[in-house]
This record gives sequence, C-alpha cells and structure tokens, in this order.
Amino acid sequence: MSKYRRLKGFWLSITLAFIIFFVIQFLITSGQLNPFYVNMILLISINIILAVSLHLIIGITGQFSIGHAGFLAVGAYASAIITMKLGLPFWLAIVTGGIAAALSGLIIGIPTLRLRGDYLAIATLGFGEIVRIILLNVDYVGGASGMQVSHMATWPWVFFSMLLTILAIRNFTLSRHGRACLSVREDEIAADAMGINTTYYKVAAFIIGAFFAGVAGSLYAHNFYIIQPSNFGFLKSIDILIYVVLGGLGSLSGSIIAALLLTIVSTFLQDYPETRMIIYSLVLIIMMIYRPQGLMGTKELTALFKKNAPIKEDAQDGNKHTIA
Amino acid sequence: METNIPLLKVDHASIQFGGLKAVSDIQMEIQKGELVGLIGPNGAGKTTLFNLLTGVYTPTEGSILLNGKRLNGLAPYKITQKGISRTFQNIRLFNDLSVLDNVKIAYHTLAKHSMLTSIFRLPFHFSGEKEMEEKAIEFLKIFHLDVYKDEKARNLPYGQQRRLEIARALAASPQLLLLDEPAAGMNPQETKDLMKLIRFIREQFDLTVILIEHDMQLVMGVCERIFVLDHGQLIAQGIPEEIRNNPKVIEAYLGEEVS
Repeated sequence: MSKYRRLKGFWLSITLAFIIFFVIQFLITSGQLNPFYVNMILLISINIILAVSLHLIIGITGQFSIGHAGFLAVGAYASAIITMKLGLPFWLAIVTGGIAAALSGLIIGIPTLRLRGDYLAIATLGFGEIVRIILLNVDYVGGASGMQVSHMATWPWVFFSMLLTILAIRNFTLSRHGRACLSVREDEIAADAMGINTTYYKVAAFIIGAFFAGVAGSLYAHNFYIIQPSNFGFLKSIDILIYVVLGGLGSLSGSIIAALLLTIVSTFLQDYPETRMIIYSLVLIIMMIYRPQGLMGTKELTALFKKNAPIKEDAQDGNKHTIA
Repeated sequence: METNIPLLKVDHASIQFGGLKAVSDIQMEIQKGELVGLIGPNGAGKTTLFNLLTGVYTPTEGSILLNGKRLNGLAPYKITQKGISRTFQNIRLFNDLSVLDNVKIAYHTLAKHSMLTSIFRLPFHFSGEKEMEEKAIEFLKIFHLDVYKDEKARNLPYGQQRRLEIARALAASPQLLLLDEPAAGMNPQETKDLMKLIRFIREQFDLTVILIEHDMQLVMGVCERIFVLDHGQLIAQGIPEEIRNNPKVIEAYLGEEVS
C-alpha cells in the first residue's frame, strides 16, 4: 500500500515538474520573462544539480567533502574544450564534462577517502585549490583570463539535466546501494561488519556526485559566455556546501529547496556585493541556532503528505533541540 | 575426514600493539554447532580477540582459519561475507535508519542487482528490492521486531536495540556468530529472555556461537564450553563445571590468595 502511494507520489511530482517546465518554456519563448529572471532560473537549476550531487556525498554517504567546485571546474573546462576548441555538439560536451569530473573524482577519491572527518575536508579542499591553480597556469584554456564560451545552455537542456540528476540520485538512494552508503554514514565500523565494502561505496558516491557536478559545470560554462579559474574558488565550494547543510543533511528535497531559496536570495543581493556575504552568513548563523538539523532535517518533502508519517516525532526533535 | 576440520581454528594467534601484546599465542578450536563462552577480567583481550576474528585487526603472528581456510589479512567485510558476523559491546546500530533498513543492509551482499540497474530502475532492481524487503520483514517477525519496522533504530528501548543488533548480525547469514556482551545493561528478566533467544537462534539457524559475557549466570547457564582469557592469554578452557573450580580462573577473577 505504501508502495502504491509512493509510486503515485512519484508520477505526481514528475507531472508537476513537466508542468513547471512547459510554463517556463512558454514564458521564455513568448518573451514575457525578462532575461534577468531567465538567467536566475537557469542558475537555480544548475545550483540544484550541484546541491543534489553534493547531497549524495555529504548527506547520504557522510563524507565531508568541500572541494565540490573542483569538479564543477573540471566539468566546465572539459565541456568548453569540446564545444569551443573541438567544435563538437553540446550534448557531447555535457557528457564529457560529467565523465571528466567523474574521473577526477575517482583519482582524488581513492587516496583521500581513507581519511575521515576534518582530514577528508582538508584533502578535498586541497583538491579544489589544485584544480583552480592548474587551470590558472594552463595557457590552452586561457590561464587567468579564462575561456570564451558561447551560450548554449538553454532552458530545456538545463531542465532535463536537472531532472535526470534528481532522478538518478533518488533512484540510487532508494536502493540497496543507497542504503549501503547510508550505513557508511551511520557507522562505518558496523557497516564493514555487515559485509558492506565501505571504500567501494564511498568512492562510488564520490564518482557519481562528481559526475553530476561535472554536468552542472558544463551547463554553467555554457551559460556565462566566459569561464575563469576564479569562478571556481573555495567560496564556490562553500556555497554548494551551504545548500546541503541548510537543506538538512540527508534530505534530497531539503537540498533542492535550499538551493532554490539561496540562489534567489543571492541573486537579489547581487546589487549589494559588499553586504551579500554578511547577510548570507547571518542567515546561516540564525539557521544553525534555531534549526541545527537544517530546513528539512533528514526528512523528505513527500513525508509531509503521508498520513502515517511520524510528524509528531519531528516536533519532538524540534523540542529537543530548542531545550538543549 | 571432513568432520574433523573445526569450523573455527585459532592457531597460535597473537597481536602486538607497540610493546603491548594484547592477545598472545591463542589456540582455540570450535566445532560446528557449539555454543562457546569467552570470559575474562576487564582488559583481558576478549574484544581484541573478536576484532582479530572479524578482521578489524590482522594477527601479527599465527593464523585464523574458518573451515580450514585462512582469514588473515582479509578486510572485515570479506570475512563477514565468508560467514563470521558479530554484534558490538557498545551497540552500533544504524541509528537514524529504520529498523527495517538496519536488517536490509545486512542482506546487502545477498542481493545481486547492480548499481546501474537501480539507477535506471530496470526490472531486476524491483525484484531484488522486493525480495530483500520480504526477507527482512520475515526476519523481524522472528524477533518480534516487525511492529517497530518503520521506527528509527535509535528510538527503540535498550533491550530491543540489543535484539535488533543480533537480528541484524543474523541477517548477514553467518555460520559463526560472535556476540560481544549481549546482556550488558539488561535487567534480569531481559537477560533470561536473551538466554532463551540465543538458544533458539542457534537451533533455528544451525549456528555456531561465541559469546563474551560478564554475567556468569548467563555464561554458565547457556554455554557448553568456556574459554577464559587473562592478560591476553588463554588460561583455561572446559565445561562450565571445570571452569568454576579451576584455581587459575578463580585467581584471575579474585586475585591471588594472600598467605
């Protein structure tokens, strides 16, 4: 019965997604949406891809990685080379961006995922910086002045990439493989004792997360006319991390909602670049004080619609946190 | 001939941490179907021995054989797949996951659908997941935990958490089950139920069990054979009656008699 309900909810959300897609597509083609908002919508979608891909690594597998902008950069540059230097079609660029990032995820994942907690964070941070500095020094991709990229990331491309990303991550999570990743997050020693190859799943989550970050990178590159190494600095990684933490570690819908809200906030704050980070940080501090488990906690949006969902338990959780 | 190969053979196994020999020169043979107790004062090396058996540590000397095959140097998850499963002294459940998911994870290695099958939701994924779910629920029923199946593991009462941990270890379908102080923190009634449960699962699943325990009543009552560790060494082994009267054991527990 619950399976039936889940299935119904699934098709309902797919239908809803398509309605949103066609409405926005209509507004764009009929020219009723001004370019500022079109750009914001594209940016939101790209950020959602990033948030969801990092959610798999941090929220599901529990590996605290703060070098996500590195994968974004690898994807962006790889795809830009495909379209701008080699003149190949955009779809191939998206795929290549994803694969290039996944490969870098494999290379960085195998040695660093032995580390735990803060050590892993520092190692991944190092990876992000290495990517940026390599790009800064390679003349083929323009060095510090960056690379010109033509605008190809239209709404259908971005939308379907986002939809496929969310679906893939959701499907992965709701399977034995996703549960294996969750068990790594919960207790690595116990997971090991239950026959889970923890290294394999950590690396797998890392690669899948990196792949979709690379896809986001391809879209990002083909949305902004120019990419520069400075776009992919440490702060970009932190931005993505914030979506995941603010949305609630372990909640897919939470990271989507957080990416949506924060992108809107930061887009409107663009006129005040000096105060942007201050307001941003304030939001985070307030959030962490009053709702340390994030917007959604570990719950999904769909839980709100379920009758048998233990909603009272959520309230208990909230109380516990405020009392403590 | 085959019956002569013990299920588990610990052959002169030692482990050294720096200058400390936590477990030294242990020799044990356990036959299929036995229920064996492992006792000893605090710090005797009981849990360390479990960690050696499950691959958390690799013995610095000697070897460990399961059905005559060496386990040395295998990763813990591989040893679990070969048939040794365990519980932990301090409960290690997957706290934020549901009771059902806790058991499903132990079934992980028995399911075969691949990662890509799951991502693309091919038919094999659904049949595999369905089978896992059915098996897990069946299992929870044996332990009377099926009523809690959607509850988070952390919300279970303490005694039930212990039971869930045993259920999870069993779901990994071991030949040899290692229980590390299963009765710790339980009241007498819960301990009594636990003893019944341990006997029951051994019959039901055709298991061999090694049990670390401080509760002498439980150990003496349920185990057929007992091994005693002290300072990393095996000082005695035998049936409960022998152990009870063994002067070395009494000395280890109560100290040497002052003359």
